[in-house]
Amino acid sequence: MLDDVDRRLLRLLQADPTRGVPDLADATGLTPARITRRLDRLREDRILKSSHAVINWAALGYAVSVSLRITLDKTVSRAFDEFITAARQVPEVIEIQTFLGRIDVRLSLIAKDLPDYQRIYREQVLTLPHIADIEALMTVASVKSDESLPL
Amino acid sequence: MTPDDLDFAILRALSANADQSTKQLGQKLGLSQPATWRRIKRLQDAGVIAGRRLELDAEKVGFGVTVFLGVKLATKGRVSLEDFERAIGAIPEVQTVDHVLGLYDYRLRVVARDLADFERVLRRRIMTMPGVGDVEANVLLSEERRPGPI
Repeated sequence: MLDDVDRRLLRLLQADPTRGVPDLADATGLTPARITRRLDRLREDRILKSSHAVINWAALGYAVSVSLRITLDKTVSRAFDEFITAARQVPEVIEIQTFLGRIDVRLSLIAKDLPDYQRIYREQVLTLPHIADIEALMTVASVKSDESLPL
Repeated sequence: MTPDDLDFAILRALSANADQSTKQLGQKLGLSQPATWRRIKRLQDAGVIAGRRLELDAEKVGFGVTVFLGVKLATKGRVSLEDFERAIGAIPEVQTVDHVLGLYDYRLRVVARDLADFERVLRRRIMTMPGVGDVEANVLLSEERRPGPI
């Protein structure tokens, strides 16, 4: 289990993953050796994983971002697996999530503009297998997106 | 900026793992360390690399439940969207807030320790917010991020 020191280190790293050991030592008053040991253990336990660059797709010309909420035909036993395998082949799909609730799967889809979205939607999304129903939510603005955990 | 194939290769590599050094990355791509660094800097300056996200095992740090909420505002026009966004974004368990067009007005990603904790966050913090109407909750079972069209 995590103790207060672990939580503090994870909070600092979550806010800025580029922080190095000397910087963490300054911020916490702990010795660099102790911090290194803690971080090594958090990594060994697979609590602390790698960090990832966040790509701003709009800056690459992908102005449209759509959340597709999908219900699948559950009378087909392999509907989930076959749908997800096919969805992975669509390059513009940047997230695939499965749910317990009213919807089964959500895809985050990006496109350059509305005609591009329409093309992808018709040619690559509607042709995915076992879709029973599909709803689209178009992102107007991302208000908060840091995804940090309230440690 | 118009990124070339090497820029895309850098983006692919860093979005998979941003912890590698510019030296390691350069070696993989056949670039010198300074050249790699310059390209990363240019991608950052152009806003293509918007930052870094640390991946933690949410379950191992005590957040066993992630729920996506679709929220419809009940009294559109009477509640200020800015106030709503500020208040909802200030709830620590709310990780992301997207203003959307369609069946709902907002999409929220909420973490909680367990379902009982989620119910507490939903009832005490989200449902009590002025303007909140219809709410739909879907519990996240699995999630994968894809590299995208690069």
